[in-house]
Amino acid sequence: MKKYIDQGKNDTRSGYGAAMTELGRSNPNVVALCADLVASLKIQPFIDENPDRFFQIGIAEANMMGIAAGLTIGGKIPFASTFANFATGRVYDQIRQSIAYSGKNVKICASHAGITLGEDGATHQILEDIGLMKMLPGMVVINPCDYNQTKAATLAIADYVGPVYLRFGRPKVANFTPVDQKFEIGKALMLNEGSDVTIVATGHLVWEALKAAETLEQQGVSAEVINIHTIKPLDEEAVLKSVKKTGCIVTCEEHNYLGGLGESISGLLASQHPTPQEFVATKDTFGESGTPEQLMEKYGLNNKAIENAVLRVMKRK
Amino acid sequence: MTDKELQLKSVHLRKNILKYIYMAKAGHTGGSLSCVDILNVLYNRVLNVDPHEFRKPDRDRYIQSKGHSVEALFVTLADRGFFPEADLETLCQHESHYIGHPTKKVNGIEQNTGALGHGLSIGVGEAIAAKLDGKTHRIYTLLGDGELPEGSNWEAFLSAAHYKLDNLYAILDYNKQQITGNNEEVMSLDSVRDKLESFGWAVKEVDGHNLIALEEALNKGPLVAGKPSFIIAHTVKGKGVSYMEGNIKWHHGVPTAEQYQLAMSELQEAEALI
Repeated sequence: MKKYIDQGKNDTRSGYGAAMTELGRSNPNVVALCADLVASLKIQPFIDENPDRFFQIGIAEANMMGIAAGLTIGGKIPFASTFANFATGRVYDQIRQSIAYSGKNVKICASHAGITLGEDGATHQILEDIGLMKMLPGMVVINPCDYNQTKAATLAIADYVGPVYLRFGRPKVANFTPVDQKFEIGKALMLNEGSDVTIVATGHLVWEALKAAETLEQQGVSAEVINIHTIKPLDEEAVLKSVKKTGCIVTCEEHNYLGGLGESISGLLASQHPTPQEFVATKDTFGESGTPEQLMEKYGLNNKAIENAVLRVMKRK
Repeated sequence: MTDKELQLKSVHLRKNILKYIYMAKAGHTGGSLSCVDILNVLYNRVLNVDPHEFRKPDRDRYIQSKGHSVEALFVTLADRGFFPEADLETLCQHESHYIGHPTKKVNGIEQNTGALGHGLSIGVGEAIAAKLDGKTHRIYTLLGDGELPEGSNWEAFLSAAHYKLDNLYAILDYNKQQITGNNEEVMSLDSVRDKLESFGWAVKEVDGHNLIALEEALNKGPLVAGKPSFIIAHTVKGKGVSYMEGNIKWHHGVPTAEQYQLAMSELQEAEALI
């Protein structure tokens, strides 16, 4: 199988920060807002270089989303960033009415998504945000897999006109995407061609999927691995083409199985090409305190959980 | 336009609010009648807007946070020439753009509003944007008293003062009533002036049905340089129709044929007295 090298663990939020620094230099229309989490979102360099284009809103996320909607006039591109929990559920009505329904070119950039923010526990570990955001008409939903891809995605959404939800995380994770890889919204990436099973993953579970595929190969299982960084719009063609070849699929995400990538894919398959599917996702639960590794083990989100799901789904073919 | 013509226009707009709500058998009657004088003054004396080239970048902005009083906005925009008045015959009908809350599909409307407590934050963003671009246009938002308990308003009040947005004006349609009853019974607002002043806004109170007083408050630049302006417009819900004034049942009420005739004849009398 194709070999992927971890170029050195890094956090996806730093990819966001690095891209914001670049955008600060390259795109005068980009403005940034934050709700008192500048250090966590890694945007201090943007602020240092562009103090007039940064707006500290304080801990008032609803106001931040409304201000971002208002700031779009004159062609400005607001990047509103905070933790995923406060960037979605807390302010859903503001996003729904003032951004999505109003078709505003606002980029909602959310760090600390999912269970792996770790020690802070369930209040901050949102596992429902993909579902909330993908249900909004016209909202693009992106969950990049590593530092390089988060950086590339941040740069790409600045050139896309329309509301976007960009989801990334807190911990340092493997960084294996080529540094110069262009990010195409809505275009899945084929990471490894295989014939026995399709594994589609989003976010840092793509790395777990690659590790699982390596182990499975040693057991004689040929796994196709696809990186679905864009959950909406979904690259339906890539998924359908793959399952028509392999006949079964495992979907992997750091999110509740209700409302996530797996649900989008099961909807697609049910209507187009019914296929056995297993979900590597949290099972309708809140999180808890722990290290990312402990939590991924307990909630079944690591490479071992993916391997087991593959073995289960292949029996259902 | 003379002051007398402006006064006559207020009566005309009230007649149209009733006419189209009666025709549609739907609408927010009481609140539209309470804020229509504010809209008349804004669109005919204050706002720099062009009905034929609405999207001019340097136009003044108006955001109606209390979106449910959309009938007042529709009749004012139609009268100002943003669209033919006959379009309002489709009010609230299937596939009409003239729905029960403001939508940008209608020429002249800046923002989709309806869920309450959103308009001021958008206004703050637009005011920041104007300052960033070195523009001198102004941003006006109309708030309902019933929506003031929405916490997002208070977040927006803080930020407008923090960013010294003296190009931002919030007008409170202070009719002291909301769908369930009086503000003070539903959720006490106590002294709005004291609250807003302590939040760093410049505050002025006016009779919200006195067109000259409204113009004076809205058209002379910020009340205090470096501060956002808050205009408390004291109004009467259902203003202009005796049996609707101060009667909460007209928040969302639609007149019967008999009530409609009575209302129109009262407005006719009011017109004759101007």
